[in-house]
Amino acid sequence: MSDDHDDSPIAARVRELEAMLEEKGLLDPRELDQVLEAFAHRASPANGFRVAARAWVDPAFRARLLENANEALPELGLSMGGGLQVQRLHVVENTEDVHNVIVCTLCSCYPLSLLGPSPTWYKSTAYRSKVVSHPREVLEQFGLTLPETTRIDVWDANAESRYMVLPRRPEGTEDLSEAELAAKVTRNGLIGTAAV
Amino acid sequence: MSERYRTGDRVRTSTVDPDHHTRLPHYARGRRGTVIGHDGVHPLADLSAQGIQQPQQVYLVRFAARELFGHGDHSVTLSLWEDYLSDE
Repeated sequence: MSDDHDDSPIAARVRELEAMLEEKGLLDPRELDQVLEAFAHRASPANGFRVAARAWVDPAFRARLLENANEALPELGLSMGGGLQVQRLHVVENTEDVHNVIVCTLCSCYPLSLLGPSPTWYKSTAYRSKVVSHPREVLEQFGLTLPETTRIDVWDANAESRYMVLPRRPEGTEDLSEAELAAKVTRNGLIGTAAV
Repeated sequence: MSERYRTGDRVRTSTVDPDHHTRLPHYARGRRGTVIGHDGVHPLADLSAQGIQQPQQVYLVRFAARELFGHGDHSVTLSLWEDYLSDE
């Protein structure tokens, strides 16, 4: 079949189901809206910025984050659930030798609770199709030129897991506080389409 | 849940192009890669889209770009259900 897992048929089914549950008095539509609004309110890239900054200042946290991100996130009061289904998170670390970049080639899977709603380009066919086959060129279009010696690892969030990149800590930031470091992190840095 | 593959094992992905929903992208069909880790046990997406819940081991499988596209020096890692994989 097609290479998409297009969600429109399922979205239609969800709407029908929602209407049926409301009709039978099993679901209060305000209740559903409240849950969704609360989730959207908590889902912000500021969460991801805090995670990166903590990992830069606390090597033990960084190690736990890279080993099992779902277990490390609650240390910052965060989770991959947000009241909805808990998703497995992999945090992948940029080093001098390796640069990571994330994509979902089948649709637009994204760590919403840590990064907020995804940017439009992340969902575009152009990004999804090209970053897997020509990542170096795509990153250059984002203004990120990597040394030839830096290997690129692309992570396709094609199934149940979500990914976040841990960028390299910028040079000359030894004296900054954790909060000041968090302010330096960018959403694209956490996707891997920019350095920090 | 028994695990057929271990980290470091070489695997080959299925060449089947099913007429139903699947999470094995076209670009990774019939390709050889290396298991780099386990990614939990999840209902096989191909069946859950048909209303059948069949939990199965998912693997993180890394492919060389050259194997996938015939060019490039990067890698691509995917999460693949056991049904998508066979021994190399």
